[in-house]
Amino acid sequence: MSWVGSRVKRVEDPALLKGEGRFVDDIHLPGMLLAAVVRSPFAHARIAGIDASAALAIPGVHAVVTHADLPEAFRQPLPLLVPNPAIRYPVMQHVLAKDAVHFVGEAIALVLADDRYIAEDGVDLVVVDYEPLPAASDFRKAAAAGAPAAHAGRADNIAAEFAVGYGEADQAFARAAHIFKEELFQHRGAAHPMECRAMLAHQDTLTGTLTIWANTQAPHQLRDVYCRMTGAADDRVRVIAPNTGGGFGSKVQTYPEHIATAAAALLTKLPVKYIEDRREHFLSTHQERDQLWTVEIAVDGDGKVLGVRGSLMHDSGAYLPWGVITPFISATTMPGPYVIPAYRMKVTCVFTNKVATTPVRGAGRPQAAFAMERLMDRVARELGLDPAEVRRRNYVPADRMPYAVGLTFRDGSPVVYDSGDYPACQQLALDRAGYDGFRAEQASVRAEGRYLGIGIGSYIEGTGLGPFEGATVQVTPGGQILARVGSSDQGQGHRTMFAQIVADRLGVGPDKVTVTVGDSGGVAYGIGTFASRVAVNAGSSAHVAAGKVREKAIKIASHLLEAAEEDLDLGDGRVFVKGVPAVGKTLGEIAAFANGMPGFSMPAGITVGLEDTSYFTPQRSTYANGCHVAVVEVDVETGGVKILRYVTAHDCGTIINTMMVEGQVAGGVVHGIGNALFEWMRYDDDGQPLTVNFGEYLLPLATETPCIEQAHMQTPTPLNPLGVKGAGEGGTIPAAAAIAGAIDDALRPFGVKITQVPVTPEYLLDLIHKKS
Amino acid sequence: MAERMLLMLSVNGTEITREVPVRLTLADFLRHELALTGTHLGCEHGVCGACTVLVDGRTARSCLMLAVQADGAAVQTVEGMAVDGKLTPLQQAFVEHHGLQCGFCTPGVLATLTELLETIPDPSEADVREWLSGNICRCTGYQGIVDAALAAAKAIREGAAGE
Repeated sequence: MSWVGSRVKRVEDPALLKGEGRFVDDIHLPGMLLAAVVRSPFAHARIAGIDASAALAIPGVHAVVTHADLPEAFRQPLPLLVPNPAIRYPVMQHVLAKDAVHFVGEAIALVLADDRYIAEDGVDLVVVDYEPLPAASDFRKAAAAGAPAAHAGRADNIAAEFAVGYGEADQAFARAAHIFKEELFQHRGAAHPMECRAMLAHQDTLTGTLTIWANTQAPHQLRDVYCRMTGAADDRVRVIAPNTGGGFGSKVQTYPEHIATAAAALLTKLPVKYIEDRREHFLSTHQERDQLWTVEIAVDGDGKVLGVRGSLMHDSGAYLPWGVITPFISATTMPGPYVIPAYRMKVTCVFTNKVATTPVRGAGRPQAAFAMERLMDRVARELGLDPAEVRRRNYVPADRMPYAVGLTFRDGSPVVYDSGDYPACQQLALDRAGYDGFRAEQASVRAEGRYLGIGIGSYIEGTGLGPFEGATVQVTPGGQILARVGSSDQGQGHRTMFAQIVADRLGVGPDKVTVTVGDSGGVAYGIGTFASRVAVNAGSSAHVAAGKVREKAIKIASHLLEAAEEDLDLGDGRVFVKGVPAVGKTLGEIAAFANGMPGFSMPAGITVGLEDTSYFTPQRSTYANGCHVAVVEVDVETGGVKILRYVTAHDCGTIINTMMVEGQVAGGVVHGIGNALFEWMRYDDDGQPLTVNFGEYLLPLATETPCIEQAHMQTPTPLNPLGVKGAGEGGTIPAAAAIAGAIDDALRPFGVKITQVPVTPEYLLDLIHKKS
Repeated sequence: MAERMLLMLSVNGTEITREVPVRLTLADFLRHELALTGTHLGCEHGVCGACTVLVDGRTARSCLMLAVQADGAAVQTVEGMAVDGKLTPLQQAFVEHHGLQCGFCTPGVLATLTELLETIPDPSEADVREWLSGNICRCTGYQGIVDAALAAAKAIREGAAGE
């Protein structure tokens, strides 16, 4: 049997269920200082001076660290990791603010104390002399000429401009039977993992090695950024990501706080821990927010798309830590699962005095799916067609796979949909949802004064982006099978997944494979957990490495047993002679031989150690796809929206663990429900955040969440040996589009058309009253 | 601010006497004074429910409660649930039904559901969702948690009937 594809129970669960997980804040080192951060209360201000004397006078406060106190190597901005020629001003945040602050929550100083209570007392007493400056808040206003400059001295707030496209869009529009235009505003809020950011830095005085425990999605990146800034050698810095309480993109970035905490540990020669609280998370952890899409679609008389064109404005926030990746993904995802003969999108990225925006679950794709699906719904309404039929007429048909869209993706490779059957996937979702029978139900309840509607959201997702991820598989002379994988886990169940993959290759159960993840000391190079890329990259590496170990075990056994390799088989942790299972060697015995005997030469052709390290490098992204159907009921008195049913059909290629994929999809959908109906990070005109707790910023609760009904298709990709595509973000991508479509459908008697998310009751009531 | 008080309470069945700062929260007392780090802090303002523990059998937000307010009380944390390392039927149901991903909110969820199953042994899905509405989970979409709670209720009822 194969473990890949089985509903294997997670190896992670028992410890987490008994309270024996080890998160960063659970680690206590002797002499450890706790840090609290002095943060800017202004969206934009010059810093004229800092007086820490009152804070330093508090018993238990050890130090206050400002920009001026940092060692020289730390008195610089963080590096821009993903440069792009489109970026006009590559402005990056300093480790601690130098002489100005550019968003509410920007870190200015660390107060280090015996405990966090005392450190926070200290923060209250650090006096910062601010000279407030005009702030750029709403990006739509900030983009205009004459708006207050987000960075003093700049002529405008345009951070970057670029365009993507192919074909002759204007010609397509010139010959179109119909042209429809929409202006769509989309707000996504923030990631909000339940564990906020956490970090602990300690330099070992014996070895000089700096260890940073951080709940990061990219431990190697954090190490590499630290080394690049300070000139430290890679092997003097180790980053370990222990249990991590969710990430959803927000923990990919190397933050100024990471580097500042490390600097504080060097300065004090003591371990320093910083645990962010939720208010700080609202202020200072990257979000992914506002985009304004002005888009047009050209169709023929049958609703077949001839072209799409428009412009996209993106709020970058105050800095560009991830360059223009998010809006680039948005613009290159817009064509979606459809044949769009011509396409052009102009993108403008705008600086504002708000925390930087970087990818959150979906990474720019939910906005693109929303824009494309709103256009599809518009075409259906205008032409009197069923929304499912309009999509059917435009899907890339299965027989055109692989399908080259004509765009270049953010990884520099062409956008090519490698495999999948989009019309069949839609049909699967429609059948599961009982789409054809819905109209009768809708009509019957409308007679009772109830407003039910159904909506569709289709999507594609470029997953598994390179360049690589690494895995080492090793068998010890004791017979233990070890797998070390560089990427880190935020709760997805990576250790279970890798154990399944390795177990299949070595003929053992997953319980016999001990997996370590998220340690830069375990695998030399790594990229990180984002872009639904770990199963593709690291999973393939584990598969290849375990395969090499298998080959080597058979080769050595052939030598030991004096049998031809083709006469040997591997199973149950042993290599044995086919047909004579009693004659064989255990993997442990083979490893002991491979580890050598003192003074004896290795036999010809046998290399040292029963282990292999592989770095799988995909040639390009592999495209997952899916179709969601939402059924909602709208209360026209209150503007409340209740999701009655939510059906997903999706194709992420080979499924490694159905249970875990279903968990990813369900969690992703509920994130999308939050984006569609609840989550709004509000700022006033001065850039002052107005939603800084979970009473003001609403996350979906169990009572607002329906059962997510799931159907799976499996079209293995030819782009990696496992045939897998990413599954982590697809649930989120089309959710807002499907729900908006369902609300429109429910409120058809009122002529309501949703053009923004989240759809709050106020917004919806406004639309209902305007139209009625 | 450095005022301290003597605190006597029971935690997971062990009697404990400590002098603590009066401003110390129960959550920080459990985590940092007793090293019971299974109780997690997700928001520190009483909404997310990750820090939920049982105080005299009733759920309480340990981030909103001072340690000294637990004087004389019996506190149960996630570490006090499994007996001799063996998962309870509720914990086991979480394994079977994928009731957790990152596990950060899980200790608080387990506390809430423990109280639910003692109050309503045969809850409906709506009951479970209503009780869970004080615990935020960002990973699971709640589906696995609801399934686990309903399965655990059934297992506990059947276990009781079989005894």
